[in-house]
Amino acid sequence: MKFLGFAAGIAATVTLLSTTSAFAVTQISWWHAMTGANAEVVAKISKDFNASQSDYELVPVFKGTYPETLNAGIAAFRAGQAPDILQVFDVGTGVMMAAEGAIKPVADVMTGAGMTFDKSQYLPGIVGYYSKPDGTMLSFPYNSSSPILYYNKDIFQKAGLDVNNPPKTWNEVWEAAKKIKTSGAASCGYTSTWLTWIHLENFAAWNDVPWATQQNGLAGGDVELKINAPIFVNHFQALADLAKDGTFKYGGRTSEAKQIFLAGECGIFTESSGGLGDIVKSGMNYGIGQLPYDSDAKGAPQNTTPGGASLWVFGNKSDEEYKGVAAFFAYLSKTDVQEYLHQKSGYLPVTLAAYEATKKSGFYDKNAGRETPILQMIGKPPTDNSKGVRLPNLPQVRDIQNEELEKMLAGQQTAQQALDNAVARGNAAIKEALDN
Amino acid sequence: MIGQSPLRTFIAHAVLILGILIVAFPIYYTFVASTHTLQTILRPPLPLLPGGQLWNNYSEALFGGIGRIGGVSVGRLLLNTTIMALGVAVGKIFISILSAYAIVFFRFPLRMTFFWLIFITLMLPVEVRILPTYKVMVDLGMIDTYAGLIVPLIASATATLLFRQFFMTIPGELVEAARVDGAGPWRFFFDILLPLSRTNIAALFVILFIYGWTQYLWPLLVTNSNDMNTIVIALRKMVSFADADTQWHLVMVTAMLAIVPPILVVVMMQRWFVRGLVESEK
Amino acid sequence: MGDAWIAREISLSPRVVFPNKILPYLLVAPQLAITLVFFYWPAGQALYQSMLRQDPFGLKSRFVWFANFRKVLADPAYLNSIKVTVMFSLATAIVAMVVALLLAVMAEKAVRGKGLYRTLLIWPYAVAPAIAGMLWLFLFNPSIGSLAYLLRSLGIAWDPLLNGTHAMILLVSAAAWKQISYNFLFFVAGLQAVPKTLIEAAAMDGAGETKRFWTIIFPLLAPTTFFLLVVNTVYALFDTFGIVHAVTGGGPGKTTETLVYKVYNDGFVNLILGDSAAQSVILMAIVIALTAIQFRYVERKVHYG
Repeated sequence: MKFLGFAAGIAATVTLLSTTSAFAVTQISWWHAMTGANAEVVAKISKDFNASQSDYELVPVFKGTYPETLNAGIAAFRAGQAPDILQVFDVGTGVMMAAEGAIKPVADVMTGAGMTFDKSQYLPGIVGYYSKPDGTMLSFPYNSSSPILYYNKDIFQKAGLDVNNPPKTWNEVWEAAKKIKTSGAASCGYTSTWLTWIHLENFAAWNDVPWATQQNGLAGGDVELKINAPIFVNHFQALADLAKDGTFKYGGRTSEAKQIFLAGECGIFTESSGGLGDIVKSGMNYGIGQLPYDSDAKGAPQNTTPGGASLWVFGNKSDEEYKGVAAFFAYLSKTDVQEYLHQKSGYLPVTLAAYEATKKSGFYDKNAGRETPILQMIGKPPTDNSKGVRLPNLPQVRDIQNEELEKMLAGQQTAQQALDNAVARGNAAIKEALDN
Repeated sequence: MIGQSPLRTFIAHAVLILGILIVAFPIYYTFVASTHTLQTILRPPLPLLPGGQLWNNYSEALFGGIGRIGGVSVGRLLLNTTIMALGVAVGKIFISILSAYAIVFFRFPLRMTFFWLIFITLMLPVEVRILPTYKVMVDLGMIDTYAGLIVPLIASATATLLFRQFFMTIPGELVEAARVDGAGPWRFFFDILLPLSRTNIAALFVILFIYGWTQYLWPLLVTNSNDMNTIVIALRKMVSFADADTQWHLVMVTAMLAIVPPILVVVMMQRWFVRGLVESEK
Repeated sequence: MGDAWIAREISLSPRVVFPNKILPYLLVAPQLAITLVFFYWPAGQALYQSMLRQDPFGLKSRFVWFANFRKVLADPAYLNSIKVTVMFSLATAIVAMVVALLLAVMAEKAVRGKGLYRTLLIWPYAVAPAIAGMLWLFLFNPSIGSLAYLLRSLGIAWDPLLNGTHAMILLVSAAAWKQISYNFLFFVAGLQAVPKTLIEAAAMDGAGETKRFWTIIFPLLAPTTFFLLVVNTVYALFDTFGIVHAVTGGGPGKTTETLVYKVYNDGFVNLILGDSAAQSVILMAIVIALTAIQFRYVERKVHYG
């Protein structure tokens, strides 16, 4: 066994020698959870960054799914072997923020390396979400997406709906869905991925109503859920009523419903903007619209909130390493890099300059759906209700919400009961988590 | 041989074919998927019969697409996975057959304590003990080593339990006869016990090789260098459900290739299952 | 000879053994050493952690004695989870073993194609759980996979996403399916060890095939069956969170939330380490007790040579 370890050591040394120059380069480790085409984007960006300078070598390592990557990072931190950069998904943001002793805010990393960090150049909706209440940027947004509406043009045609005019409000969605079902154009009118993210968190932001107190948890402290307000109850009761005869079809807690839409079973579909790639490749005759809003909401549509992940920097690293991290983040903010990332991966660009450049290049004329989520995000400056949601235990609260919503969709309880239960159980869990 | 009625033979074949249909369906379906276009795969439901893209997909994957997965050559990935699978299988069989031998054929103080100490390790999968186990790995300097991939997975009691079960069926007369002949514990072990155990060793080898081959979370945790990746990790890296394009047709081809080595092991081990030695001893 | 088998009791002590003082310790040493370092040390840490309240990074931690245990045991969701687990584990272990035994016996009978059948029945085990879980959604999606279509075309209102019973059936099938190849392999190995002379003798005495199976073959398979019973129980209780995670995620509602999935979800996904550690300690205690019972009572019925 000793021998095997030794042999591996030699192998590693050999690769190291062959890929780096004779100078003492500082290695920067980046643990990520990117798969598919996105994994290739990570590899390409790292390679280009390494080629662009000779002081640092960025080493990207795939560490599994988002939860697996976060666990790997935590285990490594506790063993004193944390990487320099860790990619953490949106719902883990609360956990990372609470661990102030373990991380170093991105703003500090940048200024420590003598760089200025001009927030105004970044998309406000995204930067706001990854900042402390006082505005200090904590992590670097790497990949963000936002929910939008997709529809099947063939089914719309068959149902006698306007192919070029997707529904804009939820009421219009319900009407169109009923028409699809009753006309026999498809067996189901509407389906959606991520009920918690789209129909609770983004529903609240887009309609400018609170999801929870304390700026949806961004301001910290005692947070109480507000998702049993009448606007939510009405929305979910409508959904539950449509579920009874299959006009609305439930697909699962995360992105499983995409398969139902791809199969041509449902005419209308809400899903992350990141889901576009598969829909394009499937060859479906599809159209895209903004996320629907509630016609009773005063401020709607406000702005949607980002989902995705950001890059966190661990504490207790050497100045050299921090300089390398800062150099990488500066590189990552460059317009051409952001343009590449945005166009290749389907995630939103982080900087406004990259958005403008992409627009100028005519990319959106050919790929209409790619601009919709950006417009949703930058349309209005975010309010206290629309900066995003943050809890130390967001995954757990989402589990609770999913459980109650499933019972509602199965006809075991009304929307009012489901949301009341979700609030009561969710608040108890939040209290418990804050107590730790 | 006992005669069998044709009806009973027919039933046996029918049950087996049905069993294969159920058990092997996912592999068949993976194969089916690997013969369709990306577009077909993306528009469910997937047909139950293979499509016409067999040649295209496999040649695209073999001669272009998957030469390197996630920046690591497929050869390297398969080598890592093979070393790990072999290490786990051989290591586990080695330490378990010895400890089971001690527990069944010797009497010594703390015998049952040792048995239970070993036995309880059947429990607690990696996911439940990640944090402390990772710390041990770092302290022992086993991150990014083959030893780190292999040794911790050897700490399990299934194989010991199986050998114990088998050893206990060996008639005491056999041990007595060996002792009368003046055979010591080592000669008994090599000349009698090992040959008798070969069916079980073969069965275990198959199971453990596959177990080592299919590990995912453990190698993911204890390797920080891409050069130490295994084929399963690389496959997972190719696949995205949510936010990225996935070359599903190539993924399916790679998945089929990742299954080939375990199949070879099963076929090779078949030989060992032939009835013979065991019987003449009884 | 048959009588002798039945007459022999299973107790361990009157065995013929080698007299040796030091050798046995050397023989168990490698396994014991690895077990201590990679199992007991981490398990001890888990025990300690079960009495802590701490954040995931271990920056703040408080020693709370048994508060985590009290909290877990007072949680109605935990009691529900116990019920779910009992049903799930029993069903999984029984289905996986019965199907595998049937196939193994049939494979013995089929003289022609024996090797081919065996190969085809074993190698599906080679599909990595990580990949199977990934393909699951894609190929066997509960609502739109081909199997779901088949069921619905048969007029069955198949909806595991919202119907708890359907979800449980789906889960048991998935978990048992994964274990069938494993059980099959060991049953085949066990059947190889049954002396053919014995079966032929019984056949000459006029015992029918069914009778031969139950009076001769099955008792001789008992050591293997017992091994598989223990392994399958532990498998169903401990090793199935990946399947629950991929197939149902504990839903709909909490109808398929097993104990080990709760441990996994609370610890690995939700990062509530104290609760999760307490739950895994409880789970371990349950499994140890269960195994002790199996050894104490079930093994009495096992006939060793």
